Amino acid sequence: MLRIENLSASYGEAQVLRDVSLQVSAGEVVTLVGRNGAGKSTLLRCVMGLHPGQRGTVELDGRDITRLPAHKRARLGLGWVPDDRGSYATLTVTENLTLPPTVGPDPWSLERVYAAFPALHTRRDSAATMLSGGEQQMLALARVLRMGARLLLCDEPTEGLSPLLVQQVGDLLREAKRHGVTVLLVEQNLHFATGVADRHYLLAEGRVAEAMDNSEVRSRERELLAYLGI
Amino acid sequence: MSGFAQNTFNGLVSGAFYALLALGLAVIFGMLRVVNFAHGAFYMLGAFGAYVLLTEAGVPFWAALVIMPVGLGLLGMALERAVIHRLTTLDPLYNFLLTFGLTLILQDLVKLRYGVQSSPYETPSLLSGSVDFGLFDFPTYRVFILGFTVLLCVAVWWVLTRTRIGMVVRASTERPDLTRAFGIDVGRWVTPVFGFGIGLAGLAGVLAAPMRAVNPLMGADLIIVVFAVVVIGGLGSIFGSVAAGFGIGLVQAWGEAYLSNFPLVSQTIVFVVMAGVLLWRPAGLFGREEAPA
Repeated sequence: MLRIENLSASYGEAQVLRDVSLQVSAGEVVTLVGRNGAGKSTLLRCVMGLHPGQRGTVELDGRDITRLPAHKRARLGLGWVPDDRGSYATLTVTENLTLPPTVGPDPWSLERVYAAFPALHTRRDSAATMLSGGEQQMLALARVLRMGARLLLCDEPTEGLSPLLVQQVGDLLREAKRHGVTVLLVEQNLHFATGVADRHYLLAEGRVAEAMDNSEVRSRERELLAYLGI
Repeated sequence: MSGFAQNTFNGLVSGAFYALLALGLAVIFGMLRVVNFAHGAFYMLGAFGAYVLLTEAGVPFWAALVIMPVGLGLLGMALERAVIHRLTTLDPLYNFLLTFGLTLILQDLVKLRYGVQSSPYETPSLLSGSVDFGLFDFPTYRVFILGFTVLLCVAVWWVLTRTRIGMVVRASTERPDLTRAFGIDVGRWVTPVFGFGIGLAGLAGVLAAPMRAVNPLMGADLIIVVFAVVVIGGLGSIFGSVAAGFGIGLVQAWGEAYLSNFPLVSQTIVFVVMAGVLLWRPAGLFGREEAPA
């Protein structure tokens, strides 16, 4: 579904990604793990079309989208859950949810979103930035589900969440996967990652250092945690 | 008491002009991140256009009130497409050079044809005379300006907060990149929003024609205060620009009335308020700190 070939990107003089190539098949959940600054968020921004000055190729369903502007990529079914949660202060919770047009074959209705996230329903008329961090994370995830996005680009959706909410995020991602949604997930929590994902890429200094499956991550957990500095 | 009411009312009328101009600057800055130093020139063109339409073609005030904002809005859209949109990727210095340069060009074009003396514009007959409020009476035309501007601000607020277009404009203003990532072609809204802001300036100009001296420099005199208003309200804040517009109109009118023995104070009071607000809240009263990139 998603194919990235020789992708390089830089911020000014600093090169963040070097010749990254990877693939995500339809219906797969794939994580990107790596230390802070390894280029994980930049990779997601490149796929979304928000990083100027990138080289290489990004393909979606066999179609070259490297030169496509971000809003057209979104309309092809990409749903971004940004690392800062992307809450709009000037929009209410409901407006945050309904801002993006529906883009996929199976968008969630607002009623379904509110049934799944009662906390969002209670605060539906509040400014989104007045929500707690966990609620904003739920809002970001609920928003791309309501879009009906086919490929979710989730940037650390469990960061700073309580164990209960982490579990809920896991349940949601597994449910989305059951409905055929593909997920590319930036994740530092290895336990969470092996619980939802099929495969993992380890990014180091802007390169794909290793590709691993769940059993490999589990057997090397201690070594990987030490490497990631957690 | 009636003197105080008189001063307050006059302050609100001046404030109405500040609010209209600051509102246009706010939506333009929000959407384009461009500070339009040419805004005063479009206000002047609105007034001058109304004057020329009346004296050379016999077009009445009411028609000018529609023709000038629409015409200037279209001119604004053309300018945005031709030159303004190039500013987004350039150093902010070019923003100043281009829009200030446009101001000089527009002012001098008008000077070249009509000279620098002020021209009178007759108050439309429907709005001449005054309204009796019991203790005091006010010129009907000024009552009209105040009512019309308040209605217009409420209408703009309604569109921005209650419609899908307003939601898209708010989102694009707050986080343009994020909004693109949600499938919205932010660029498509930039030109109409610029035209709308310019149209508001033109409208303020037409409204000003019957009560202010119509001359090529009328915008240059006003715009300095309007920029203070925008900074006080918070750059890019729509509510802030309107509230600060009326607020500064009041402060200025009261200052002129009650501090007339201290001309230095009454003339600079707007900028004293601005400095105070900036010390207290660097992003302005209703502004938010820009999120780090």
